[in-house]
Amino acid sequence: MPDDKPMFRVRQLSVALPDFANKPPFGRPPLIRILNGLDFDIQTGSVLGVVGGSGSGKSTLGRTLVRLLKPSAGSIEFEGEDIGQLTEEQMRPLRRRLQMIFQDPMSSLNPRRRVKEIIADPLRIHGLDRIDTRVDEALDHVGLPRSFRQRYPHELSGGQRQRIGIARAIAMRPDFILADEIVSGLDVSSQAQVLNLLEDLVRELGLTVAFISHDLSVIRRLCSQVLVLNRGSIVEYSPVEELFAAPKSEYTRELLDSIPLPDPDQPGW
Amino acid sequence: MTCFLEIDNLSAIIRGSNDRLLRSVSLQVNIGEVHGLVGESGAGKSMIGKAVLGILPAAVEIVEGQVRLDGQDLFALNPNDRRRLIGTKAALIPQDPLTALNPSRRIGAQITDRLVDILGWTKHDAANRAAELLVEVHISDPERVLASYPHELSGGMRQRVLIASAFAANPQLVIADEPTTALDVTVQKQILRLIRELQLRHGTAMLFVTHDLGVVSKICQRLSVLFAGKIVEQADVAQFYSNPGHEYSKALMVATPKYTEPLTSLMPVDESVISAVTEEIEAADREWRGA
Repeated sequence: MPDDKPMFRVRQLSVALPDFANKPPFGRPPLIRILNGLDFDIQTGSVLGVVGGSGSGKSTLGRTLVRLLKPSAGSIEFEGEDIGQLTEEQMRPLRRRLQMIFQDPMSSLNPRRRVKEIIADPLRIHGLDRIDTRVDEALDHVGLPRSFRQRYPHELSGGQRQRIGIARAIAMRPDFILADEIVSGLDVSSQAQVLNLLEDLVRELGLTVAFISHDLSVIRRLCSQVLVLNRGSIVEYSPVEELFAAPKSEYTRELLDSIPLPDPDQPGW
Repeated sequence: MTCFLEIDNLSAIIRGSNDRLLRSVSLQVNIGEVHGLVGESGAGKSMIGKAVLGILPAAVEIVEGQVRLDGQDLFALNPNDRRRLIGTKAALIPQDPLTALNPSRRIGAQITDRLVDILGWTKHDAANRAAELLVEVHISDPERVLASYPHELSGGMRQRVLIASAFAANPQLVIADEPTTALDVTVQKQILRLIRELQLRHGTAMLFVTHDLGVVSKICQRLSVLFAGKIVEQADVAQFYSNPGHEYSKALMVATPKYTEPLTSLMPVDESVISAVTEEIEAADREWRGA
């Protein structure tokens, strides 16, 4: 489905959150600015990489896109409608279409529920039909055997758990997925498997994804456009190959140079 | 003799079972040398470090082999002497800088504890040394940091404190257990440089546990690749990266993301490689049980 209109159009997005570390004994905590006037688009069917160091605001940005947080200024247009200031009630019809995959698959899966319940619960909450079939299809999509329905999260490896997190998100047939550091807890081999899987799913299901990571080397595989954040501002917003060929900002250069390649003679170390 | 840590044919099992967690592990670390332990999660990399420091979980039992620290056989010593030897000669840099620090005590007290309790320093001397150490790990305002609680420091700062604390008593062996895994790349680079700087200055022998082949290439001179508690390859770093010897090492190398190479798609370690290594290990196990 080629479409010129972006799925997300974000303009002058700012987010400020209460700073409880500096809360006076009485009265409200002061606000601390996390994101400062961001402008970017996410094209339908593309993967946007969001990169930055810890504390740069990448997770805040992700959470604001799916409206778990409310912007303090600016607009977030989703398919032409500004969802920035919608109430929880008004957001509800969109919730199924905006899904998340989390960093730590152990703490984002309920340890007391079986895989089939973990995947089925959100489907039930949203009143979808044929739940059993959808659970099976989701497991097929992420390449896990259907017998895994009966398992508990602790019976799975890290990579398998992350596949369950992905299955839970895609079972909802979302249009957009926010993937927040989903491979940083995995070792290289599972990391490669999960990245390949996500790439296949983007192609097969026509998903649009925002992929948050602190590691530029995993971004190159997956993303078409990359947004680099530093201290809550965009320091670079480029197509992925441009970014790797000629980074525009000093900060991006620093991020690239800091990645340890498996090469004892890498310059700069 | 330049060899400081010698692990010889070390095997460990879960108490009461017959399955080995460590499978006849042998390695040597010389004075001033950094030896990398690489493998995927569950391969037993941290277990080796814990065996050396005598902090294995109670459920794990060492069934054969020797660990010699500075020529002394650890298992031949009585528990008190063993603790004293390990406490004065070896130290650990742990993975997670938040859980490794006591949240309810100030940084200063946590660094000086070790010096006062194990080495019998006076509190005054220990406090001076702690301030010196923080300067050595490039903390510009040591007085403030010593008086801080862990939650008041960033992740990179906490890791610096733990590194300072590890080097506090001039250990001859430092075991670094994934010391940069919780940090982002720019901080990781600073911390790796810092560890290398201190290691060189003090001539420390070091066992560096990591799952990241990129990190190993920056800090180690030798490495051991582990799979299921067995060393499948041991080599000099220079030689390993130009020509890994074992099929499993080659597969790990391919799975490691390299931002400089756009077109190669990432290959997870192939099933056929896994089953070949598993067979190799089962054969070694049969031989071991027979012996």
